[in-house]
Amino acid sequence: MATLELNNLHAEVAEEGVDEQILDGVDLEVKSGEIHALMGPNGSGKSTTAKVIAGHPAYEVTEGEVLLHLEDGDFGGAFEIPEDKRTWDLLDLEPNERAALGVFLGFQYPAEIEGVTMTNFLRTALNAKLEEREELFEDEDEHEEEEEEAGYDTSPMEGPADEGEVGVAEFQQILSEKMEQLDMDEKFAQRYLNAGFSGGEKKQNEVLQAAILEPEVAVLDEIDSGLDIDRLQDVSKGINALRDEQGTGILQITHYQRILDYVEPDHVHVMLDGKVAKSGGAELAEKLEDNGYDWVREEFYETA
Amino acid sequence: MSSEQDHLKETDTEKRFEFKKEESAAVTSGKGLTEEVVRMISDDKDEPEWMLERRLRSLKQYHEMPLPTDWPGQPDLTELDIEEIVPYIRPDVDKRSGADDWDDLPEDIQDTFEQLGIPEAERKALSGVGAQYESEVVYQNMQEQWEEKGVVFCNMDEAVREHPELVKEYFMTKCVPPSDNKFAALHGAVWSGGSFVYVPEDVTVEMPVQAYFRMNSEGMGQFEHTLIIAEEGSEVHYIEGCSAPKYGSHNLHSGGVEVFVGEDAHVQYSTVQNWSKNTYNLNTKRAICEKGGTMEWVSGSMGSKATMLYPSTILKGRGATDNHITIAFAGEGQDIDTGAKVYHNAPNTKSTIESKSIAKDGGRTNYRGLVHIADGAEGSSTSVECDALMFDNESTSDTMPYMEIQESKVDVAHEATVGKIGDEDVFYLQSRGLDDDDAKQMIVAGFIEPITEELPIEYAVELNRLIELEMEGSLG
Repeated sequence: MATLELNNLHAEVAEEGVDEQILDGVDLEVKSGEIHALMGPNGSGKSTTAKVIAGHPAYEVTEGEVLLHLEDGDFGGAFEIPEDKRTWDLLDLEPNERAALGVFLGFQYPAEIEGVTMTNFLRTALNAKLEEREELFEDEDEHEEEEEEAGYDTSPMEGPADEGEVGVAEFQQILSEKMEQLDMDEKFAQRYLNAGFSGGEKKQNEVLQAAILEPEVAVLDEIDSGLDIDRLQDVSKGINALRDEQGTGILQITHYQRILDYVEPDHVHVMLDGKVAKSGGAELAEKLEDNGYDWVREEFYETA
Repeated sequence: MSSEQDHLKETDTEKRFEFKKEESAAVTSGKGLTEEVVRMISDDKDEPEWMLERRLRSLKQYHEMPLPTDWPGQPDLTELDIEEIVPYIRPDVDKRSGADDWDDLPEDIQDTFEQLGIPEAERKALSGVGAQYESEVVYQNMQEQWEEKGVVFCNMDEAVREHPELVKEYFMTKCVPPSDNKFAALHGAVWSGGSFVYVPEDVTVEMPVQAYFRMNSEGMGQFEHTLIIAEEGSEVHYIEGCSAPKYGSHNLHSGGVEVFVGEDAHVQYSTVQNWSKNTYNLNTKRAICEKGGTMEWVSGSMGSKATMLYPSTILKGRGATDNHITIAFAGEGQDIDTGAKVYHNAPNTKSTIESKSIAKDGGRTNYRGLVHIADGAEGSSTSVECDALMFDNESTSDTMPYMEIQESKVDVAHEATVGKIGDEDVFYLQSRGLDDDDAKQMIVAGFIEPITEELPIEYAVELNRLIELEMEGSLG
């Protein structure tokens, strides 16, 4: 059971001369197996929250913390998580290290990478994640020794020296299974990463990546935008499977009630002006759909 | 020579160059370029009189021609002092035309090529392999099945002795004459080694033929000459790999390549060059393509201090086709000036040029190309695409795609993109678990994918790993 915890998170754009506070004290907690919806008007800080969790370099955290609490067994029975390495301050870590600990960000606008096939990318990412995880949890001394050994001793023409933990054949198997679950065409495996994908295909691909990387907590930024009804159902099925089969905690950023009909949230949060203004159950989302955000604003600023 | 040189010695991205052997030469020409040196080379090779005469004529032309200095944005050649270059070193190998059994090679040379993976590559589906050490080919082997069909793959010196009629007719006469440019003239005077490939009519050599060139001594020049003659309806794929270890003073590589593509013949010429960063790489490569023939140039230009390389194709016969695929990588202190030239001299000829370049840490890449469509070459088409990828604001990339179109009924397309590696792209990959370096490497590997997929697997792997090495240590 992992918990992602945001405490009093403040962030601004990390650019000199720009002094714009975007997050103004966000508090939020997402546990494995839970589904949270994060709603709110444009510009309220939802996407920024997602990017700061993942470590986007464009934002600077000025106050607060982002913690990830792990328990022994979170990375499978064989992987021992020692007691002194169960709580991590994500703000000290690089984006790839956060990924290795089980934080996943589903992008609103996924990057298109030409020339890199889905298979190659996903297998590389999976192996990089497993390797980085080993490094984060191994003793410092061992680590130094390994650094010294690293060198260049074989000819490049002798082919790749290291296949990584998950080999090509094994990975193909994993990939086909997950793609079938998401009702994705097998041809996707050989296409270049997001290059020329339709909006819907890109979103489906984000969910596929989460299914393969098996995160503890997945933050999905407007995964439902630009989806037709069929694709929305496929994507929703995928998100539910992440929670049901892998126990992933989901933080889902959305503008619409629509996806919540298929992915039923345990908790709904409303962001306003860089803070979480109101939290509640699934019924809160329905109320927002009918009445908009103005009443939340009024209520929030009256009590504040 | 300068403080910049000392700095180059320290770069740790060149681990693969670091093994270098003590020079153990049988014959060394001494520095500089005089008639005496040229006569000595010819004499050491026991060459016929006609070849010596050609060398001396080239030497005269070399002295008469100026260095190119007036090209817009061309690499700086002022530090290149040809009088300081040793043009000829014959390694100490018993058999003059090279051993045909790997075990006959001296141990130090064997060791060098082992480290470069040559015997490994040979075991993997090659029709034949040649290896040149300094000025001479030291190893050459051709599979029997091709020999039986009349295919010739030997070193150029042997060809002068064994196939004089062909060499007399084709060697630096109609394709790359010494008068072409100063470095072609230099090459004509001091050339040594290289490959000779002859493919008879209607013979398809199914597996690639490979040559590897290694410059091991300090301050030397390597001037190998490669001559490929593909008769009507034949097909061959020639691959060359090049490297040199690091040394303090400048090396010069000035190879010459001539390819004759017969009617309906098909030749692919692939190069992966990885010179040390004190090498000036100034080559002249050209093909003449007859009716219905196809010429394909695939080049990966890595390393070197400065490279000037513009493989060219003359589409002489109706319906002839040319494809150019080039990739260049320039890091700190490197100026890689590459491109392509195509002359459409007949109707319905077709060319496609695809160029990709990567510049980082203040390196400079330049695409310099020329497409000439002659009056009367109606129905011809050309498509030029140049993409440049830069790592930072210090690196530069230029595109100079000259077009000379003298015919109106033609189809011309040109596209160029210059971009910086995208921060959002890097972050996307990082968020999936790749670290900063790996993310950038993956983007670069994807950027050059259209080129690596054209190469045989060993070379694709080699090119990718060379780029990884170039990128390691200098990032972050």
